[in-house]
Parts: sequence; structure tokens; C-alpha cells
Amino acid sequence: MTSKNTSKKPVAVIGAGSFGMAIANILAQNSEVLLYARDPEVIKKIATNKEHRGQKVHTNITATGDLSYIANTCDILFPIVPSSAFREMMQQLSPYLHPYHILIHGTKGLDIELGEGETLDNIKILNRENVKTMSEVIMDESVVIRVGCLAGPNLAKELAAGQPAATVVASHYNEVIEAGQQLLRNDLFQVYGNQDLIGIELAGVLKNIIAIASGILSGLNLGENAKGLLISRGMIEMIYLGKAMGGDVEAFVGLAGIGDLVATCNSTLSRNFTVGNRLAKGESLTEIIANMDEVAEGVNTIKIAKKIIDYHKVRAPITEALYEVLFEGLPVEKAIQLLMKYPYNVDIDFL
Amino acid sequence: MKPKGTEKKKKKTFKPILSGTQEWPVVQLSKNRKLFIDKVVDEAFAKIRADNPKKNELREELETTLYREQLRIRQNPWKVDPDDEKRFWNKIKDELVDLVGNGNHREKEEELLKKILHRYTDEIAGNFRKSRYRLAREIIKFGFARLLNATRVKRFGAFFRNEYSLNDKIQIVGKAKQVRKLAKIGTVVMVPTHFSNLDSILIGWIIHVLGLPAFIYGAGLNLFNIKILAYFMNSLGAYKVDRRKKNPIYLEALKTYSNLAIQEGAHSLFFPGGTRSRSGQIESSLKLGLLGTAMEAQRNIFMDHPNKDGKKIFIVPVTINYNFVLEAPILINEYLASKGQERYYVESDAYSSSYNLIKFMIKFFTKGSDISVSIGRGMDLLGNYVDDKGNSIDKHGRFVDTRDYFMSNGELTADHQREEEYTIRLSKTIVKEYHRINRVFASHLVAFVAFQIWRKRYEKLDLYDFLRLPEEDLYISYDEFSDTFSIIRNEVFKLKKKKKVNVAAHLKNPLEEVINFGIDNVGMYHSRRPLLINKKKQIITKDLSTLYYYHNRMDGYDLEKYF
Repeated sequence: MTSKNTSKKPVAVIGAGSFGMAIANILAQNSEVLLYARDPEVIKKIATNKEHRGQKVHTNITATGDLSYIANTCDILFPIVPSSAFREMMQQLSPYLHPYHILIHGTKGLDIELGEGETLDNIKILNRENVKTMSEVIMDESVVIRVGCLAGPNLAKELAAGQPAATVVASHYNEVIEAGQQLLRNDLFQVYGNQDLIGIELAGVLKNIIAIASGILSGLNLGENAKGLLISRGMIEMIYLGKAMGGDVEAFVGLAGIGDLVATCNSTLSRNFTVGNRLAKGESLTEIIANMDEVAEGVNTIKIAKKIIDYHKVRAPITEALYEVLFEGLPVEKAIQLLMKYPYNVDIDFL
Repeated sequence: MKPKGTEKKKKKTFKPILSGTQEWPVVQLSKNRKLFIDKVVDEAFAKIRADNPKKNELREELETTLYREQLRIRQNPWKVDPDDEKRFWNKIKDELVDLVGNGNHREKEEELLKKILHRYTDEIAGNFRKSRYRLAREIIKFGFARLLNATRVKRFGAFFRNEYSLNDKIQIVGKAKQVRKLAKIGTVVMVPTHFSNLDSILIGWIIHVLGLPAFIYGAGLNLFNIKILAYFMNSLGAYKVDRRKKNPIYLEALKTYSNLAIQEGAHSLFFPGGTRSRSGQIESSLKLGLLGTAMEAQRNIFMDHPNKDGKKIFIVPVTINYNFVLEAPILINEYLASKGQERYYVESDAYSSSYNLIKFMIKFFTKGSDISVSIGRGMDLLGNYVDDKGNSIDKHGRFVDTRDYFMSNGELTADHQREEEYTIRLSKTIVKEYHRINRVFASHLVAFVAFQIWRKRYEKLDLYDFLRLPEEDLYISYDEFSDTFSIIRNEVFKLKKKKKVNVAAHLKNPLEEVINFGIDNVGMYHSRRPLLINKKKQIITKDLSTLYYYHNRMDGYDLEKYF
């Protein structure tokens, strides 16, 4: 297959995880793609096997480990690396970036700024100022301000299988949204635009919390009623948290919020769901993390969210219960009992 | 000028950066006034025509404008309005009526549009005259110097002495040297905070002291109602902004005027807060209209100069700090009246006649305590700091090419939505910079501390009920006040270390001295003083609302949590 717009500059995907790989394959249908991987072995593997993370690698994709080459060749970059490595990646990339670059990230996690000797576990308070979304990290570390994000129900394995799906490109800049749409859209992939960058980022990030909870319910075989309850109450919690962190309600009722939530809460393909599921089956968190080959962002997000809840005094019982289950050894059954007794029963109060 | 022996501290004096006034951009602009107006009209005309391409759109635009203008003439006439105002709009009306029923009259409509634009632009355009500028400058300098000496040196004949000059009264701190350098290599857009009507004149004088050529600046047309102020402002390069006219045609004319003047290299001054801060807070949101014109002008310059030899535009934030704002009681009442309920209110000026103004000026310059003007570091239009050569530097210390922000797919492009976002971003950076370069006076801090102590005592009351408390009931023991003040002052020093605010030198004096100095100075010439110490050594207030005003100056630093 030949590219539809070979005359245009290539685009880059930074990070060769399964989602990065899936996005690279979608982009490759319209453009030449440079795929950055940190590990030279992976680059070699992609070049020789033409296969990575269980996905076929499109012929328009070239793997490279050279960030300066990527920045000099491409105007539009899609960073898709785990949130814990995101800032470091940006620091390496930053010297090669110029204000004409456009960055659209696909990372659904948060970054935290810590003082010396501080860790997420020993820090006392964490407020919004110390917590950054990935778009904020990009602007912190580089001169790039035309920033966007990808969010929506985009399970990497389904995308790779060519099943129909849609995503949201969010950015303050119409130009970025249009560029994202042009590059990503194809017959099986619909692309929506949204101006509320922070809201969409947060929707994508916070849904991972609820996905873990959903995995737990599933692992305990608690049925569909319970799941319906979780999704709708979880959604409301996401909105509270999202509002406290500067997002609008609207973002959460769209594709990146409810859309993504429903997809991840029902799917064994989701890493976060898997974490919850295995927890319910009796494994410990350390065991689970040790033998997962990719990061489940939700685990870290719960830690951060807990601190945000404490500081901004948000009502978020599910997240708090999850925190206790994950990090303080509260038995799952006990947590569910507590939640069922939670003395609050107004259905909708955020609209 | 000053006798050498009496000089206490060394004052910097700045030579003019351009030797003659001939080369001043503003002089060039006024010389070619007619041509320039035509250019503005043409450009604004093209823009409005392009924005209203459909058959009836232009007609609707004209009709709405006519309707609003007639309403304005009836409901809110000003002294400064020209006599033929009614006639002009009646004629437009007649001509529009003639068009009714006829099919396509685009051509005629465009002619009317041009007529209106021409009238607007002519009204906006400044009338800078070199000779008057010099005269005005001398009057300000001479007059104020006399007044200062008459009151400060209390001896017979002091009126004719030269011991104090305006320089002693107004401290200029910050990046004065840099702004001079930047004005030589590029176009400076100065954006000061706005607390008092005096700002316009003060800043004009500062610009002169810095040795910079006169700036053009938008001044509210209402100020031109006052003859004497009008004289000064005309002389200092002001163009007129009429806040009553909010119709798109007028706004386009205004924006195009500013945009083209900046492109011509005229250094400009905006009060980006729009009007004086009613609440006493440092501006927290800025009007984007005029800032946007600077953005557009920069992009146009880049596009017109593919060889990169176009001038760069530098944004220079400035804060002005007073111990005493004459208008404070009126401003804060307007603020309180309008808050919560966004209703229109007719501006009432503290000095609507020349007489009142002079009275105010005398009071101000003879009694008012010192004023400080902080000049911020220059920035490019994206809020990157620039070095003395005008190079933009990002926060990691790397050079950035400002052009690159306007590039897309390897080409310079005009993208209005993008520029709107950039302007929002710039305005946020300016606000942050205001807070950073703001110099905390003892008077601001005592007001803040006293108000917060009282506010905490009546936490359950909403702000309005709180402000209605009888002032007699409010007092703070000196010890309590001084303890709290000391804590808050410490927090301010911490902020200063983090470069989030600046402090006046006097704030570092011994505690009691600072407190007394602050209380003596805060709003010192209001008939009802915001803060006093009574005979029992208690802190009391005579006017809680005005105290609230001065307190607000310290808003936005998150200091409330320490009470």
C-alpha cells in the first residue's frame, strides 16, 4: 500500500507500547511514520520481524531511536509513553523542539512534582499545583504550546484488529484538532474534536480508577447490576475530581468520559481492569504489577487522586475505598460493604 | 538642575535614546496623519467586508450600528462629542432608508460603511504635536516641582527652591535600562496596571524620564471631557477610545488603528485591564482586544518581512503602586454595587471638571506619599522573556524564534483562532508578571492584615453584611495586630524569595516602624481614614469599604490562609 500523502512530512509516534503501536499503524494508513523506541532491541525487532506487541507493523512505519532526527523530520508528534517516564522523555526531546511543532499525546496518567527526598508515599499534601496532566508537562518542559491529546475508548488490541472505533482529539487550537483529524481518520476510525484539553485529559486519566474497581466486581462475579451502579457512581466521582482539577463537566459525558469508561469497565483487554480482576481473585498488588508487561496507569492515579481528594475535600468514596484496598490492605469485601452503607443517596447533583 | 550638595542618593538619569524628536515614530505618524487614517479605513473596510460576505449582512451591521449610535446620542451624551453628531447619523439613516425595498445595494452600503469608518478613525486618531508635547512636559515637570517644594520644605520662599524634584517622589525600579534598549531595536508595548486616572499622566512622564520617545496610547474618551486633561493627553500622543461605542464597526476601526500603528513602529501603551481596577485588586483578567492587535501586528510584520528584518514587538508589564488612590471610596462602591449583578452603570468620575482635577492634583502631589513604578522584564508576544538584544529565551534558557509560533507546515500562516489562544496565554503571563513585580508597601500590608483579622471574626457574615458592620465595633489590640502582621510579613518575604512578589525597601524596617508607617500612609488623605491607631493603642477603621479596597491589593497571593 502506498501513502495517501507522501508529499507531506512524516509524523512521529514516540513510544512503542501497544497503544503507541496501534496509533502508529492507524497513522501509517495516511502518512509516513517514524516510531521512536527507547530500546535498540525493540527497534531491531520491529525492522526485522515487522511485528511488535502482537501487532503487524505497517510498511510506512520506520522505527528509530534518534529523537533529534524525529524532531527535525516531523512537525507533528504523538508522544505515547507511560506517565512515569513522560517528563524524562520530554526533557530528552525538548532541546530539538521548536514552537512550530505540534504534540498530541495519548498518555492517560498524571505527573507529580516532588521536592527533594519526597515520594508519593511520604508527601503530606498534594494540591493541583503539583499535579500535572501530560499536556502541562509538555508545556513545562518545552517551547511547544500547540498541544493536544487523544482520548476515548481505544483498546489497543481492538484497534489493531481493525474493529471500528472513535477517538477525541482535544486541544485549545482548532489547528491541532484538524491536524489530528486529518492524520488519524479512516473508514474504521472516527475522530471527534473538543476544545477542553484539560477536561478530556482528566476524563481519560480518571476513568482508569473506575476500571480497576470494575475489574474487582467482575473478579468477584457480582453481576451486572453492581457494574451499572459502579459505572454511574464512578462517573460522578470522576466529575467531582475532574472539576476540582479544572475540567468541565461536558468532557466527562462524551466519548473520552462515559465512552471510555464503558469500554474499559467491561473489557479484559484493559490493563486496569485486569489489575482489579486479579486482585479480586486473591493476588497481591505487588505480584500483579511484577508480571504485567505494561503499565496500568490506574494504580498510580489512585494514589495521586487520594491526595487530591484530601486536599480539595472532594467526595469520592469509591476512590478512597480503592486506595485502602490497594495500599492499606482493606479486604475487598469489606470495602464493598462500606460503600453500600455510604450515607449519601442523591443521584445526580453535578448538572 | 538640583543643587549638587543636597543630593541624598544617586539618581539615575537617562538620556533620550533618540537625539531629535524628528525620528520619533509618533511624530512620523502624526505628520502623515491623513494618509495613515486612510490606510486604517481601507484595512478595516476590507476586513469588515470579508466578515460580512452575504447579501444582507452588511445592511444589518449598518442598521444595528445606526440604532445603537442614536441611542447613545440620546441617552449618554458627552461634552466632548462633536456638534454634528446628530446630523451625521440622521443622514446615514436617510440614506439607509432610501435603500429599503431595493434589491442589491451592496455598493451603496459599502460606501456608507466607509463613511462611518472614516468618521470613527478620524475621531480615534491622535493629534500629537511636538511643540505641545514639549510644553506639556515642561509644565508637568515645572509645576509639580514647585508644588513639591512648597509643601515639603516648609520655609518661606520654598516655592522657588529646587530641593525636591519629581524624581524624589516617584521611584522607578526594575528593568528601566532594558526597556530603553528594546525601544531602540524593536517596538515596545507597555502594559501597566490601572488604579487611578492619574496613571495616564504619570506613565507619560515616566516614559519621558526614561528617555523614550513618546508612546501612543488609548485613553478613554471620557477623560477628554476635561479640557485640561485633554490638552495633556493630546500632547502626549493619546488616541481616543470611546467605551460607549461597542459596535463592531467602531471596534474594528480601533483595533486596526492600534495594529497598524504598532506595525509602523509606534511604541504603544495599553491599560490591558480596560478600566481602572474597581476593587483595588491587581488585574486578574485582561481585555484581549488591544493585546490581540499587538499579536496580529507581530504576525503581519513577520509576514511582510520574509528576510527576518522586521521589528520585533516587546511586551513590557509595569505596575504602579500608590499608598493613596483618591478615587478609592468611589471605585470600591461601584465595585460592590456592580458585583454579583452585572448591571450597567454610568461612570461617575471623581473629577469631572478641570477645577476638581486641579484640586486633586495639588492634593496628590503635595501630600500624597511616594509612588513607585516597577518596570518588568520585556517579553515577546508568547510571554517568553527577552534578553537585552531582544532575543526570546525559553524557561530552560534556550533561544526561541518567535516567528516559529506563527508557522504551520513550514509556512507563516494567519490563524485567528490560534492567535486568540496566544493572546489569552499572553494575558495570563502578564497577570502573573504583575503579581511578581508588584512592590508591597507597608500600607498595603497593614490594610490586608487588619481587614483579614476582622473578616475572620465575622466569618459567618457574607461580604456585604460584613461591610455594613458599624465601624465603632471594630478594633484590634496593637499586640494582636503586630503578631499577625509579623507572620504575614514573613510569608511575603518568603514569596519574595520565590520571586513571586517584590517588596518596597521600607517593608524591611523594624516591625513597629513598618506598622506605624503603613497605618500613617494607607489612604492617608481620605476624609474617613481606612486605618488609625486610637488612644488606647487599638487599630480602628473609619471606613471599612475603603479598607477593603486597599486590602485587595494583596489579593491573589494566597495569604488569607495564614489567618
